[in-house]
Amino acid sequence: MTKSERTDNRKLDEIRPMKMKIGVIKRADGSAEVEFGDTKVVAAVYGPRQIHPRHQERPDRSVLRCRYNMLPFSVSDRKRPGYDRRSTELGKVITESLQPALFLEEFPKTAIDIDMEITQADAGTRTTAINAASLALAHAGIPMRDLVTSVAAGRANKKLLLDMTKEEEDAPDAVDLPVAMMPRTGKITLLQMDGIVSPEDIEKIVDIAEIGCMKIYEMQKKALLEKYSS
Amino acid sequence: MTLKLTKERILENIVKGKRLDSRKLDEYREIRIETGISKKAEGSAKVTIGETAVIAGVKMATATPYPDTPEEGVMTTSAEYLPMGAPEFESGPPREDEIILGRIVDRAIRESKCIDFEKLCIEPKEKVWMVFIDILVMNHDGNLFDACGLAAIAALKDAKMPVLTDDGTVDHEHLKGSLPIKGTPITIAVKCYKGKYILDTNADEGEAMTTQIVVGSNDDGTVSSLQKCGTEGLTKKEIADMLKLAVDTSKKVRTKHFK
Repeated sequence: MTKSERTDNRKLDEIRPMKMKIGVIKRADGSAEVEFGDTKVVAAVYGPRQIHPRHQERPDRSVLRCRYNMLPFSVSDRKRPGYDRRSTELGKVITESLQPALFLEEFPKTAIDIDMEITQADAGTRTTAINAASLALAHAGIPMRDLVTSVAAGRANKKLLLDMTKEEEDAPDAVDLPVAMMPRTGKITLLQMDGIVSPEDIEKIVDIAEIGCMKIYEMQKKALLEKYSS
Repeated sequence: MTLKLTKERILENIVKGKRLDSRKLDEYREIRIETGISKKAEGSAKVTIGETAVIAGVKMATATPYPDTPEEGVMTTSAEYLPMGAPEFESGPPREDEIILGRIVDRAIRESKCIDFEKLCIEPKEKVWMVFIDILVMNHDGNLFDACGLAAIAALKDAKMPVLTDDGTVDHEHLKGSLPIKGTPITIAVKCYKGKYILDTNADEGEAMTTQIVVGSNDDGTVSSLQKCGTEGLTKKEIADMLKLAVDTSKKVRTKHFK
């Protein structure tokens, strides 16, 4: 996998340029901003803290609550502010992709709240949100089994690709498969897909996503080290 | 939440003309304005005042004009606290404070007539441009009125017009020409405590002192919006002093940040 005819001249297994900044929200316990190509996400963590409303409290563990929100001007046609079905679903799958990395049982009766705001959307918002949230959790000093790292891979125009662009996602045979994983254990914590594809191809696509995850993982570790070495 | 002791300490110092962060009563923290922060928006801006950070974006769509202004475009402004902005911010429908914040900024811009609404008419009575200004508080360390007002006008000035295609849809990818904006309305909040006037209060100061007037004023020194907030009353002299302070301050901010 080297040469390509991709719309932005990337190699088939090459991700878009990525920028990470840690500690961007003063009052949050942890925060990070991640740029992935033209997608921009800010994530902030509050907690473990007292949980409101109280009926959500669990006597044996902390409750992880994730909010995924696209700002009204982050997309071409203005998005009406507030929750819709898509953001509710993404909040849930992101929660479940991060939860395996956390020791929630260490913080009973509390909440860990993560707010992810998409300030600019251009494919890959959920995976970028997970990468940012993972950094924000680490920045908040919350114990983790590993960083969670995420990227999508897929198929367009009969080619298997890492990190598809918006144009590639519009191809007639497009398949998009976002993956999140904990690289240290190799456990996959997010897996979604739409499009028609053979089981063999799914395995191949997941392999490609893993290549991307490992690259992002190194960048995440580097960003954290830089934050604390200065 | 600000501790009661902190509040008392803030107020004791204000009476002596002092602030805990050693600023003068009328001294601002550093203001920074950055435009073009979101490519998908027609116009966007991020404003920081000290640690306070807000972002604003302008989006446009076509709409039917109001019957009483058939040849004018329309606009709507909203402000929202993002849950990341402060521990006490929660997601959900906008609360009172957010609605007030949005409406005060809306009025400062609308009443200054800085947007040339007649130029936003596409077809009288049928189709006009609608301007959405969305303001989001990302980091709350006080003085949201000033920050949101600045972000809104900076985003408007940054905005380019989308193109209306022949089949009536809006092309947001190929923007053309600026949004018709004349003038720079600036919103300034002036707080009052025991006869002292304070500008640019941080989060703790803002909780300790709630009584204020928020003034929207224009390039020529005219005032186009005004609102008193807070639980204490103000004398006529206090109001006159605060108005003057707000207008003078807005001139300084305008000269420094909007050439």
